Amino acid sequence: MKNSTVNVKEVSTPGLGNSRRNFLKISGLTLAGTGLLLAGCSSDDDSNGSNPDSNQLPGVRNGVFDLGGGDAGILTYAYALEQLEADFYTKVVNGNTFGSIFSSAEREILVDLYNHEVIHREFFKAALTGALGAEASTRLLPSLSFKYDSVSFGNRNQVLATAQALEDTGVSAYNGAGRFLQNPDYLLLAGKIVSVEARHAAAIRDLINPKSASFAGDDAVDGNGLDKAEKPSVIVPKVASLKFIQTPFTFQYLP
Amino acid sequence: MNIIKFIESFTNEGTINSLQSKGSRRDSFAQFQKMGAAAAVAAVPFSALFTQKANAASAAFTTAADTPTSALQLALTLEYLEAEFYAMALDKNGFIPTADKNVIAQISKHESAHVKFLAAALKSDAPAKPTFDFTGGKGKGGGPFDPFNDYPTFLALSQAFEDTGVRAYKGQAGNLMSKPDLLQAALQIHSVEARHASEIRRMRGQKGWIIGNDRGGLPEAAQAVYNGEENTNQAGFNTANFPGSFNPTIPALAGSESFDEPITGDVAKTIAGLFIVG
Repeated sequence: MKNSTVNVKEVSTPGLGNSRRNFLKISGLTLAGTGLLLAGCSSDDDSNGSNPDSNQLPGVRNGVFDLGGGDAGILTYAYALEQLEADFYTKVVNGNTFGSIFSSAEREILVDLYNHEVIHREFFKAALTGALGAEASTRLLPSLSFKYDSVSFGNRNQVLATAQALEDTGVSAYNGAGRFLQNPDYLLLAGKIVSVEARHAAAIRDLINPKSASFAGDDAVDGNGLDKAEKPSVIVPKVASLKFIQTPFTFQYLP
Repeated sequence: MNIIKFIESFTNEGTINSLQSKGSRRDSFAQFQKMGAAAAVAAVPFSALFTQKANAASAAFTTAADTPTSALQLALTLEYLEAEFYAMALDKNGFIPTADKNVIAQISKHESAHVKFLAAALKSDAPAKPTFDFTGGKGKGGGPFDPFNDYPTFLALSQAFEDTGVRAYKGQAGNLMSKPDLLQAALQIHSVEARHASEIRRMRGQKGWIIGNDRGGLPEAAQAVYNGEENTNQAGFNTANFPGSFNPTIPALAGSESFDEPITGDVAKTIAGLFIVG
């Protein structure tokens, strides 16, 4: 793929060493604002999930972290999404106008969401670290860096709209990933999390449009009464387009 | 294949170096293809590492004896119950307060849609709609509930049904793995039930999520709906007490809230059975 050739040259520049942190910092600088390596690539390259491969473990390939395939890839993908949600809510509840732009009932909800997403993130970190064993130091997805240029954390509507987008996306992501898991224990764990994300989504939507049908609105739930379910190769570009994620990664081996 | 050896085979210096080298992508893929051959022998690589730490109860919810058909039959029975429950309430003039009508109507619409969807998926395997007794008297009438004359009772039962539905679908997911399209549909219904549960709970002055095994002001008869929700062991990770420092601090209670728990088909049937005639 054309772009990866450019990146390989970047990360092997003399003097910058080969530590993973340097790879990511460098990639972040060269691709600042684009979030993912995918941005700008042609649609027929294979960074975008067109080569699902359950034998691929997560890890750095050609200087960029790839989420990997199979169950490890799905769990890593979930870890990435939970990292984003946890980071977002951490910023929300620590915002210096948090106390003034939200009522106490709303603050309680947002703090609960912060609590839950941090727990989800730490769960995936621990689970993947354990499963990757001796390889965790190179194959555990690093802590991604995030920026929210399009969100004013002092603006109630923007915070809630972003929260809704993240929660709805989380629901769709877990619903769409479940079928690809091989291990029933992982499917159960994903199931335990997705219903909490859906509870979150309903609560946020209700804060935005109280006592309306919006908690499970027709924009989210179709004529069969089904929530969305999109596969990783659809979700990742959608999340990338929010431009929150500053650390590039690829997802070549996810469906 | 020993799982530790399998993972350790990736620590070979040459392999790591080839990943980070300027070598062509084709060379890197050649390395991965070799690993792929090894991986094929190891079956699912990570399950062995999780098995010893997994919540022992989880195995009970994915018993091989249950089939995709039985999973969907259970789901349809629960959806029949919910669909009828909401339809009866909406049919009763003046029963649902105007302020709540949009919510209840939306839930009702979904439950009816779920019935149609599941009946179509099951075709001739679809069970007939049971006769329901919403007093909770197992068909003898005279049970402890009066949901269509007392609105708070209606909301309480609604919460119980929705939270039960979430747990029941979750408990059946493993039985649907051989049918990926149906598994996905079940997940897509499951998350809608969770939206419903969140909304009804919050209308009742509860949090949208379940705290420990707290039945949230429901009568004692509903405790079965919430037993097991206090679990804080997720595959060996203690959700109530884990390393790291976070600002604000994460309270221990958030651990049980952050994961919902499954129930078995048997428990779901026992709960639903209170409301089914015969």
